[in-house]
Amino acid sequence: MDLDVEWGQVHALLGENGAGKSTLMNVVYGLVSPDSGEILFDGRPVQINGPQDAIRLGVGMVHQHFMLIPPLTVAENIVLGHEIAKAGVVDLERSYRTVSELSTRYGLEVDPKQRIQDLSVGVQQRVEILKALYRGARLLILDEPTAVLTPQEIEGLFDIVRALTAAGNAVIFITHKLAEVIEIADAITVMRRGKVVGVTTPAESKPADLARMMVGRPVLLRVEKAPAKPGPEVLRVEELVVQDDRRQVTVDQVSLAVRAGEILGVAGVEGNGQNELVEAIVGLRPARSGQVLLEGKEITRRPTRDRLRQGVGLIPADRQRQGLILELPIADNVILSDYDRAPYQRWLVRQFKAIREAAQRLVETFDIRTRSVDDPAGSLSGGNQQKLVVARELGTAPKVLVASQPTRGVDVGSIEFIHRRLVAERDAGLAVLLVSSELDEILSLADRVAVLYRGRIVAVLDAAEVEREHIGLLMAGAA
Amino acid sequence: MLLPAASITCGFLVGAVAIIAAGADPLQAYSALFAGAFTNNNAFAETLVSTTPYVLLGLGLALGFRAGLFNIGAEGQFYIGGLAGVFVAYSVHGLPAFVELPLALLCGVAGGFLWAAIPGFLKARFGAHEVITTIMLNYVSFLVASYLIDTPGLMLAPHVSTPKTPEIDPGAALPIIVPGSRLHLGLILALLAVPLVWFLIERTTIGFRIRAVGFNPGAARAAGISVGRTIVLTMGLSGALAGAAGIVQVLGVSHHMTDTVAAGYGFDAIAIALLARSNPWGVLPAALLFGALHNGAGFMQLETQVSSDLISIVQASVIIFVAAPAIVRWVFRLREQPVETVQITQREVETPVG
Repeated sequence: MDLDVEWGQVHALLGENGAGKSTLMNVVYGLVSPDSGEILFDGRPVQINGPQDAIRLGVGMVHQHFMLIPPLTVAENIVLGHEIAKAGVVDLERSYRTVSELSTRYGLEVDPKQRIQDLSVGVQQRVEILKALYRGARLLILDEPTAVLTPQEIEGLFDIVRALTAAGNAVIFITHKLAEVIEIADAITVMRRGKVVGVTTPAESKPADLARMMVGRPVLLRVEKAPAKPGPEVLRVEELVVQDDRRQVTVDQVSLAVRAGEILGVAGVEGNGQNELVEAIVGLRPARSGQVLLEGKEITRRPTRDRLRQGVGLIPADRQRQGLILELPIADNVILSDYDRAPYQRWLVRQFKAIREAAQRLVETFDIRTRSVDDPAGSLSGGNQQKLVVARELGTAPKVLVASQPTRGVDVGSIEFIHRRLVAERDAGLAVLLVSSELDEILSLADRVAVLYRGRIVAVLDAAEVEREHIGLLMAGAA
Repeated sequence: MLLPAASITCGFLVGAVAIIAAGADPLQAYSALFAGAFTNNNAFAETLVSTTPYVLLGLGLALGFRAGLFNIGAEGQFYIGGLAGVFVAYSVHGLPAFVELPLALLCGVAGGFLWAAIPGFLKARFGAHEVITTIMLNYVSFLVASYLIDTPGLMLAPHVSTPKTPEIDPGAALPIIVPGSRLHLGLILALLAVPLVWFLIERTTIGFRIRAVGFNPGAARAAGISVGRTIVLTMGLSGALAGAAGIVQVLGVSHHMTDTVAAGYGFDAIAIALLARSNPWGVLPAALLFGALHNGAGFMQLETQVSSDLISIVQASVIIFVAAPAIVRWVFRLREQPVETVQITQREVETPVG
């Protein structure tokens, strides 16, 4: 494959998860060595054998997951590896000054003396960019930089990117979000399955075209759904207070209710208490106070197992850590929470025929692409793994489904499938609590939207009346 | 299969270097080792006598590994199982053998279960790492044993020159199955335990829980499996097998217990389970290897003046090569195997809700 990036341009690299975007960029950054082909920098062929070489050439990379040391200050993080030292001792005063100058020069406001752990994600990202600039980067690679930002923070990032390119630098912007590409890019390269399938510009293409290129077939960008016909209340959360692992209150007096036949979306930037809220509802984390009620019955202190059996379904945010056991066969994953119920066991002996049949049924209904239900779940693609989780949870016919980031890291085809499935279940009377940091997902699926900011519900809005801008402000705690 | 065999070969090669360094002929030493383990008069029966506790202990360790638990306390559980069982076996008199023997065995198994359930509970409830707690409990069990055995009025036999428990009632002894040797019924019990443990792990809901927790405790918890209870149960079962090994050794071989610390069977068992890659069937050949080394070492020393401690070098190198498969692959140019079955990792255990 070929990729041409010009100075002074934002070049968007668009593709689904697993299309090879990150691999390609890791080659450029020297983390992975290419099997064949060459890299030209300023027209000269170069050998990049490690990040050190890349940095020397002026290539900087901001990873999706930040590479910062939380207890150290902004300046310390930025100079790390290239410290300003006097007689072997780090000269902190000069470090602070240098970082200050750098941040004014590029208009990236940071306080060099603040600790990383006290900064918001958006500011941390600014530190990452400054770190690259400090090392002399002229070509900046941003890997899915907007995944953890609020809409306002995204605007801020775009301003930074524009300023950088205006000064003659180049930016490679890796993403799978179409709207962003149209807004920020000067040139677009679309990848699919490790190949370049299109090179275009925002002016020449509409989102639908880009989506088709990315997926290889026409894609429905919006979910079609009829207005909700909500029934009785199924799940109620009453003034719930939950602590995280460090004993900080991360869910603060949250109250919400989900009715049968509706999808309640919980919007919010990641890390505002979503995980703790979900875990407290399903019993994976104790509630410090408050109540969780299922059909009016209190379940606040019941173990997870009881809640699942009483009709709570869970799609966990992290399918590899909480959703599936990748080493076990697909069939075992299908009955993971029902392994000790009839007909899957008799006298403590597992009944493999019944297990396989149940798995076979779900694999067919949910179109999970696999050779056999005996293959390990880890052999499935990300999208099919997620479909497997969704299939299992819907297969037990729950009364309420808690779906946390149900389409994270999943290909467009599977997203479409899962979204349609959730809407269909809603129409059949399921209560759905949808927790997602993808605002688009919330806006296209939810009937009502609750906005979570610093552990509190700051607003509950009717989806029909919601404005994107307004929600963005709420998510940032500004309204 | 290939990798364990290659690791064993590497272990013997390292041993050979040590023998040469000691000024002896490795071929001679190894053939004496082989004769002492298999071909000498009664040697094979003696090897099987040593293999018996290794099988039970190896199964116990392997079971723990499947839940991601590293039970270093097998040695102590072996001891406590022996103590619990020997007490019953010398206290009861006059009951029929088919009551006495199972009763003594059962007490040994229960002793091991309860003793190992303690670190299981500490891990499940407080997150205390089992490697640390089981090591500590080893010392506790050794000291408990010597206190009980050294104190008149407790378990000390009357009128003996060296401290030991009274001899067990003949009815509680495991019968000899090969006349003229020391080979006892315990071997059959150990052999029966292999398919039993395999069935438990691979075919029952309990085994499923154990494996689910071992592979991914987070997903097990989210599916409603109680990780804490599974850890306590698995540790208990692991200790039960170690306790069984202890009491089988007492009822089959020694017929009493002394206050000297056991022969390190429980630590060898770690290597056996690793070599078997936590597969119950794999425990069988691995235990036989260790039984043979254990048994042949004496004859090797007698014949070639190579110290019997040499087998410790062989055993240790085998463990190192099993633990560092990359070295063995490099030596033998083996290809990477995608699926590793042994998992020994440090895991956090969250305390259960409620």
